[in-house]
Order: sequence, then structure tokens, then C-alpha cells
Amino acid sequence: TYMPRPGDGSPRPVTLIPGDGVGPLVTGAVEQVMDAMHAPVYFEKYDVYGDMKNVPPEVLESIKKNKVCLKGGLRTPVGGGVSSLNMILRKELDLYASLVHCFNLPGLPTRHENVDIVVIRENTEGEYAGLEHEVIPGVVESLKVITKFCSERIAKYAFEYAYLNNRKKVTAVHKANIMKLADGLFLESCREVASHYPTIQYNEMIVDNCSMQLVSKPEQFDVMVTPNLYGNLIANTAAGIAGGTGVMPGGNVGADHAIFEQGASAGNVGNEKLLEQKKANPVALLLSSAMMLRHLQFPSFADRLEIAVMRVIEEGKYRTKDLGGHSTTQEVVDAVLANLD
Amino acid sequence: SFLNRSFSSESNLIRATLFPGDGIGPEIADSVKQIFKVADVPIEWEEHFVGTEIDPRTQSFLTWESLESVRRNKVGLKGPMATPIGKGHRSLNLTLRKELNLYANVRPCYSLPGYKTKYDDVDLITIRENTEGEYSGLEHQVVRGVVESLKIITRQASLRVAEYAFYYAKTHGRQRVSAIHKANIMQKTDGLFLKCCREVAEKYPEITYEEVVIDNCCMMLVKNPALFDVLVMPNLYGDIISDLCAGLIGGLGLTPSCNIGEGGIALAEAVHGSAPDIAGKNLANPTALLLSSVTMLRHLDLHDKADRIQDAVLKTIAEGKYRTGDLGGKSTTSEFTKAICDHL
Ligand SMILES: Nc1ncnc2c1ncn2[C@@H]1O[C@H](COP(=O)(O)OP(=O)(O)OP(=O)(O)O)[C@@H](O)[C@H]1O
Ligand SMILES: Nc1ncnc2c1ncn2[C@@H]1O[C@H](COP(=O)(O)OP(=O)(O)OP(=O)(O)O)[C@@H](O)[C@H]1O
Ligand SMILES: [Mg+2]
Ligand SMILES: [Mg+2]
Repeated sequence: TYMPRPGDGSPRPVTLIPGDGVGPLVTGAVEQVMDAMHAPVYFEKYDVYGDMKNVPPEVLESIKKNKVCLKGGLRTPVGGGVSSLNMILRKELDLYASLVHCFNLPGLPTRHENVDIVVIRENTEGEYAGLEHEVIPGVVESLKVITKFCSERIAKYAFEYAYLNNRKKVTAVHKANIMKLADGLFLESCREVASHYPTIQYNEMIVDNCSMQLVSKPEQFDVMVTPNLYGNLIANTAAGIAGGTGVMPGGNVGADHAIFEQGASAGNVGNEKLLEQKKANPVALLLSSAMMLRHLQFPSFADRLEIAVMRVIEEGKYRTKDLGGHSTTQEVVDAVLANLD
Repeated sequence: SFLNRSFSSESNLIRATLFPGDGIGPEIADSVKQIFKVADVPIEWEEHFVGTEIDPRTQSFLTWESLESVRRNKVGLKGPMATPIGKGHRSLNLTLRKELNLYANVRPCYSLPGYKTKYDDVDLITIRENTEGEYSGLEHQVVRGVVESLKIITRQASLRVAEYAFYYAKTHGRQRVSAIHKANIMQKTDGLFLKCCREVAEKYPEITYEEVVIDNCCMMLVKNPALFDVLVMPNLYGDIISDLCAGLIGGLGLTPSCNIGEGGIALAEAVHGSAPDIAGKNLANPTALLLSSVTMLRHLDLHDKADRIQDAVLKTIAEGKYRTGDLGGKSTTSEFTKAICDHL
């Protein structure tokens, strides 16, 4: 049983960003389920859209105060880059770790079985440094920056995550045979941290081989720790083999704050048709909000929510199009509500 | 380019360079030679071996004469080369790539009928820029604990690989070219790559052109690889995507590859390693090198020979009676080779 401290049952404020496109549809799903469970959270809702120049200061203040935020997708503007609001949020709040949990949901047929991978990706430097320039016409350079500081803290987070979640193995993904200094520094940091966790197995894999292994023997992977770009690719690959980005939960976390969102696709806001027909898949964000409840130390609420979602998937009657069904978002939500214990 | 090929003096055989390579290389190269003979392929091999000493002219174990042979013949086949450990010389593969300016790596990826994997609807071509990008080798330490690595994208190299991709699509009856990028983050570098692809696309109105962000591409490939036709991309993305695609159809033991170089050079190669653990034991699977030799024949416009050999290889694998250990069978390299010859 979970013995809370006195007062732990008082509702906690959570910043809510519905976002663009199908964002409000899936965050709405979470609101309904939280309501029905009488979960001890209440949302402070803010209008933020991908085409804004910046994240409004009151939104940042709200997250800084609440420490926890739930967010739908924010469209990356054309031209995109480091000015995307998703990137600004990560930078401003120093959410240096991105986590995506890619796993087979019982009852959902996919090509592979026994996939249960957690991708932990460095979120603040690497190829996403945004340092680019034209040397002479027709020749451009982009800088990838790797620091000991950021590599160490992401490695520490990955091992700590593995330790706290009873995970057995951490795989560092790299291309140090080519980028000897940059990815070399990343690996060196991982090795150092690994030596402090003798009970957790540690191995290293080159990113191209890793992609091949993911599509042939994904069951060999447990926790993966990666620099920025590789993590983006590995997480999307792993999400794809386990059932698609529409079902994989995740979030971004730093020393002080956490933002929970659909795992492998912060920029995903669906398309017009999905929005018009109201058929976005709410499963990923519902599972992310279960992660959030656990993060807030409301374990039994997290379990209830997860179990209800899993039952709906397993039953197979209410599934959105990306999972081979025809249901609307609301039909899936209603099914989840009906399955709540 | 076909016209200025070097023919051997007394016959009209096409001369091609062959690097059997290390480890299992000689065994699988033998298999290719044997099959070419039985199929009456009009090729005369000029065999070159990796030296035992560094040739100062190339700073590598590959001799100047070997490189000249490829330059002269403009076409070649290469087995795996293990770079000996030690300092003072370049990796053999890097030497070939730099000296012959092999700017595009082409990997046809198709499901082998009869060899079941989790993905049975793959039929795509990955074309990877091979000379710049993240593999520029330019890295330095700014201060202790902070390093930078440079990614270089040039208009010249991007245009060159894009040109090849569209040319390939057109000459191989392909409908669509997808440029794979991350220009939403790397606006200038990947942006330039895309700009070059667009320019070339305009010259090929009959071919559909699209742009796909790399992370989305990874997801689409594992959900439905049939969505893709020809993919063209910068170096690192090509490295990752081409191996991912190889994984879809059963691994590097089955995937052919061909490198295109300056002046129309085509050097086909098996991309797997030298497999020292099974070298000399008659256990190696020659499929990847064979299918690579098929891409070489296609480059030479010897399509009926290419078809015959490809069909025989696929039939042998599909039949399942003779398969090497890596495909779960018990056959030796020579038994498998003989079965292919019987199917020719
Ligand atoms: N919740 C969902 N419901 C329905 N379909 C979805 C959902 N999430 C993703 N998809 C489908 O998967 C496609 C690719 O989505 P993905 O989330 O990778 O977008 P993205 O723009 O690449 O995001 P990012 O740049 O953060 O990776 C979408 O266009 C959509 O068709
Ligand atoms: N053509 C082949 N036929 C059968 N098995 C193969 C073949 N190529 C590779 N293998 C097997 O795959 C595994 C990986 O070998 P591979 O040679 O690719 O990597 P490697 O040991 O790193 O070699 P290298 O150092 O030359 O890259 C080995 O166990 C090998 O036996
Ligand atoms: Mg994505
Ligand atoms: Mg590779």
C-alpha cells in the first residue's frame, strides 16, 4: 500500500497547453478521464499556438510554479528550427531529457512482439544547437556540439531511470567510429556513469547497426540513451514497430520541471481530416498522463488510468484509424471511462 | 559511358576489377566468378589484392595499381576489406571512397521471395551521399569537455547525388524520388540539400518528387515500407536508413550495394564484414556479393545476364533446399553456388 504524507491528497495544479490541431481533442480526452476519476489534479489552461513568436511569459511562470505541464502538439512553423515553441520550452525550462516509452500493447497486433523500449534522448545540444552558417556561396556548415556536462547528466538520468524502474540494461547509441571526438565524449560519459551501476548491464551500439537491430530483433533492447538526433530517429523507429506514435507515451524532464506529451511526436498536430472528423488517437496522451500521475506520486490513479486504456485496446472494439479501427476520439474516451474501476 | 569502356584486346570481353578482399571475401568472390562463367557473362576479371605493406602513394594497403585498375575499367566488384589495426594508414574503404571519389552509395532493397521476414513488401532504393555531411572528419575540442563536430553540405555534392538519384529513377523505371532531411532543425545545411534536390526534380517532370522528414521516414518505413520508391539523402541519414532497410529484408548478408564515382565509375560491393569467425570454412553466404555483382551488370546494361543471375539466386533461396547457415540452412558456400548454377 501507498502511505502518503498528510495533505498529499490535496489537488495539485498542472499547467495545460492544448496546443494546435488535434491537441485540444486529445488533451480534452485527458480532462474528461481525470474528471471521472476525481484525480487530485486541476488544470491551469493556456492558449499557446505554434505560430506564436514566443511562449507567453505567464505560461512559463505557471509551469515554473506548478513544476508539471501536460501538452498537446505545437505546430512547428514553416522554416521551423530552433525557434519552434517545443524547442523554446525545452530550452527555457532546461528539460534536458526526453523520454519515450515504446512497447507492445496487449491485443494490438504488430509485426514484432515483446517490444518494451525506453528511449532517453539528450534534448538540449548536439545537432540541434542551431549553429549554422554559409561559409561561401554553396557551402554551408552546421555545428554539432557535445559537452561533458550534458552527456554526463543525460547518462546519469538514464541509469537512474533504469535503476528506479527495475530495468536491466542500458544501451548507448552513437557513431563514435566516425565522430570520434563528439560521440566519443558522449560514450566516455556513459561509461563513467555505468561504472557506478554494477547491477545494470551496459552496452554500446553504432546507430546504423542499431536501426537494423531494431527492425530485426527489437526484443534485445531495454533502455537506450542517445545524443539528440539519434534519439529522435531511434524513438520514431521504435514507436513505429510497437504500434505507431499515436499510442506511445513520453515526456521531457529536467532538474525542476516536467512536460508530458505524446511520446515520439511533439510536432504532431494531425491533419485537417483527423481534426474535422475528430478521430485523433487519444491513447498516447492518456498513457502520458498516467506517467504524469505517477510522477506526481498518485500511483493508484496512474494504475487505474493505464488499466482502463489497456482494456479498451485489448478489447479492440474502439480503436482509431491509425490502429486499424474507425472510432472517433470521443468513442475511445467513452470506452475508457466505462472501463475505469 | 558504355562506349569508352576498356575491352580486353583479343575478345570483346568487358574488363572489370575484382577485389576479393579479406576473410570470407575470396570464397564469396569465387562463387561469383563461377556463376559468371556458367552464365556466360562477357566479363574478364582483373583481380587485385590488398597489399601487405603500405603503398606510400596511397598511404594505404591498397596499391596505386589497384586504384588505377578501377579508374581504367570504370567498373569493379569488391568483397569485404578488414582494415588492419594500427596507425599510419587510412582505412581501405575510406581510401577507395576518397581516391575514386565514390560520391553515391546505391542500395536496392527488395524482399527476397521465399525468404520470410516481418516485412514482405519492400522494394525500394536508398541513395546516400557519400563524401561530406557529418562524415567530414572535422572535429575539435573548444575547451575541455566541449567538442564540436562540423557537418558540411555543399551545393556541388548535393546536386551531384540528386542528379544521380533522378537519373537512376528514370533509367530504372521508378516513379518517385523522396528526399530525406531534417531541414526543420538544420535549416541551412539540410535546406541547401533540399534546394538542390528541388532544382534537379524540375528537370524530371515525369518523376514525382517529395520531401520527408527523417524521423517520420523512420516511422513510415517500419509501418509500411511500400510507401517508398527511391530515397536520396545526406551521408548520416543514408547510413542509418540504408541499414534500417537492410534490416527489413533480412540483414547485410542479403543486401547488394554499388558505389558511383566521378567519371562514371561503378564499384559494387558487399556491405557486410569479413566475418573472420567463419573465414576459410566454406560457410559464407555469397548472396550479398552476388546481388552486388548483379547491380554491376545492370550498370553495364547487361540486363538479361543480370536477370538470369538474380532469378537463379532468388529461386535457390526461395526453394529453401540449399541455404547457408546464416539463413538457417546447412549448405556450404560451394553447395549453394552449385545450386544457383543449376538454376541458371
Ligand atoms: N494521436 C494520433 N492520432 C492519429 N494519428 C496520429 C497520431 N499521432 C500521430 N499520428 C500519425 O502519424 C503521422 C506522423 O506523426 P508524427 O507524430 O511522427 O509527426 P511529426 O510531425 O513528425 O512530429 P515530430 O517532429 O515531433 O517527430 C501523423 O501525420 C499522423 O498521421
Ligand atoms: N556473407 C556472410 N555469410 C554468412 N555469415 C556472415 C556473412 N557476413 C557476415 N556473417 C556473419 O555475421 C557476423 C558479423 O560479421 P561481419 O563480418 O559483418 O562483422 P565483423 O566481425 O565486424 O567483420 P569486419 O571487421 O570485417 O567488419 C559474423 O558472425 C559472421 O559470421
Ligand atoms: Mg515524428
Ligand atoms: Mg553503415
